[in-house]
Amino acid sequence: MGNNISLLLVVIPLIAAPVVAVLPRGRLPWAVATVVAALCAVLAAMQLWMVLDGGTISYELGGWAPPWGIEYRIDAVNAFVALIVAAIATITLPYALLSTEREIPEEKIPLFYSAMLLCLTGLLGITQTGDIFNVFVFLEISSLSSYALISLGRQRQALTAAYQYLIMGTVGATFYLIGVGLIYSQTGTLNMQDLATILPGVQHLKTVDTGFAFIMIGIALKLALFPLHLWLPNAYTYAPSVVTVFLAATATKVAVYVMLRILFMVFPHGFALATPAEELFIVAGIAGILIASVYAIYQEDIKRLLAYSSVAQIGYMALGIGFASAMSVTATLIHLFNHALMKGALFMAVGAIIYRIGACRMDQIHGLGRAMPWTFGAIVIGGLSLVGVPGTAGFISKWYLVAAALEQGAWISVAAILIGSLLAVVYVGKLIEALYFRPVTDTGKVISEAPMLLLMPTWVLVFANIYFGLDTALTVGVAEKAAAILLGGGAS
Amino acid sequence: MDFLIGHYNYWIVIILMMVGLYTVISRGNLIKKIIGLNIFQVSVFFLYISMGTVEGGAAPIIAEGIKVYSNPLPHVLILTAIVVGVATTALALALVVRIKESYGTIEEDEIHNLDHSL
Repeated sequence: MGNNISLLLVVIPLIAAPVVAVLPRGRLPWAVATVVAALCAVLAAMQLWMVLDGGTISYELGGWAPPWGIEYRIDAVNAFVALIVAAIATITLPYALLSTEREIPEEKIPLFYSAMLLCLTGLLGITQTGDIFNVFVFLEISSLSSYALISLGRQRQALTAAYQYLIMGTVGATFYLIGVGLIYSQTGTLNMQDLATILPGVQHLKTVDTGFAFIMIGIALKLALFPLHLWLPNAYTYAPSVVTVFLAATATKVAVYVMLRILFMVFPHGFALATPAEELFIVAGIAGILIASVYAIYQEDIKRLLAYSSVAQIGYMALGIGFASAMSVTATLIHLFNHALMKGALFMAVGAIIYRIGACRMDQIHGLGRAMPWTFGAIVIGGLSLVGVPGTAGFISKWYLVAAALEQGAWISVAAILIGSLLAVVYVGKLIEALYFRPVTDTGKVISEAPMLLLMPTWVLVFANIYFGLDTALTVGVAEKAAAILLGGGAS
Repeated sequence: MDFLIGHYNYWIVIILMMVGLYTVISRGNLIKKIIGLNIFQVSVFFLYISMGTVEGGAAPIIAEGIKVYSNPLPHVLILTAIVVGVATTALALALVVRIKESYGTIEEDEIHNLDHSL
């Protein structure tokens, strides 16, 4: 059983996707998709538990021994990311039922769930595989399905947002493909383990440098690292609420994982230090935190505000990658998890507002907080977590990141993190002001609280924000182990 | 001169890659952008396929008297990448059809004006 989990995590949603597509309309497609996601979450949790003692799981696809065949190789790092993806999918799908019935034409709902499952397949596949070409394939499976999902948004701008994302995403994926090709031409292998042993011998070659640069830029486009984030605000703003929740909490996180894996475990330790990559991460991280946060303050659409905030949060993760110390990589991994919780909760709460009033512009939500107290509560706590107030999950990630920056004496970065948090206070404050302190605009309609089925998943994530802000044994423990594997693996 | 002629496959790849990427960036017509994206992707296919060639090597089918074979793996990888490319193009074209239906145009600047004149 043990080894098979790694494959089942990919195969189950992959097989379920076409099945869901042909199911009759109604609630059956949703039910099947939810069960599949829950099953994946259970398997991912089992998988993480199995590798936590430091072991690895290796699965040979089709019985072809690595490095010739494709290998799925699981350690604490990818088991952790896989669990985040599967758990978020499990929490998002119950939420999806009412939200999609409101936002998506009835005849497209089975196809919608099918695309969600394909996206889940792709994201889980990226985390499971130990083959860099296989990463490309899964990256495209998840990207293609997310382009389709985004284009289902209610406004016609969703179509142009999806198109824009498709062009930039494909350029990114093709850059990655060029990089993989150049590396392959010098090493003759695609297996990550095998590459790690061969690359030190050829790392002085210009081809390897070029391949490295192409791969980094390609993934940076996918993870929306500032200034390659241009696709993200439109995509998050116009996508259906559920899609925004799911993508914001998982897609960029998986891209960060790929970045970590390739930077620290595929390329020899110190290779990145000899290139300007580490400095670029720090510069892009600082610029992203500051500029995207300022942009967020000036947004009139709540979803776009949160989308810019996501770009800023990716900046924090980039800083952690840039410092490349055990502490900073731990911080990046913790933030990966915590950001999924906070943005998941916030986008769900915004989705509940859209469910009730059909819009989410600043001037349309005045005073809504009093009509929808539970939704408002979720936004307040999610927002506090985003700011990094002690007692919330956001505090833990910022604490570790600041500690990592201090360890390196990087005062500018420390300042950027703190200013970024202050800017977050401003944009979260603006949101809360509009929701609670502005007088209600009289539309003649009585607005009631969002239905239970939307509130429950939102509050699961809100409680997770508080829980993981107080009890850090799971997140910090796993992230420290994962960071040790990432940084130790390249050196051996 | 040997440098120029000996690496002719790379020159073709680089030229195609730049033509494609330039088209994607500079054209405002959504279909032309897709064409550019395709040229860009095809250049990468060429890069892989020409990389797999072994000088004096035969096609990788086992036969008597042949000692040197070309490397088939890049070709196999590119088959996968072609499938991904076709899927991307299909999806992109489908999006363009929908954009044309709801905006009545596929010129980027006109779409931009339509969205911001509301």
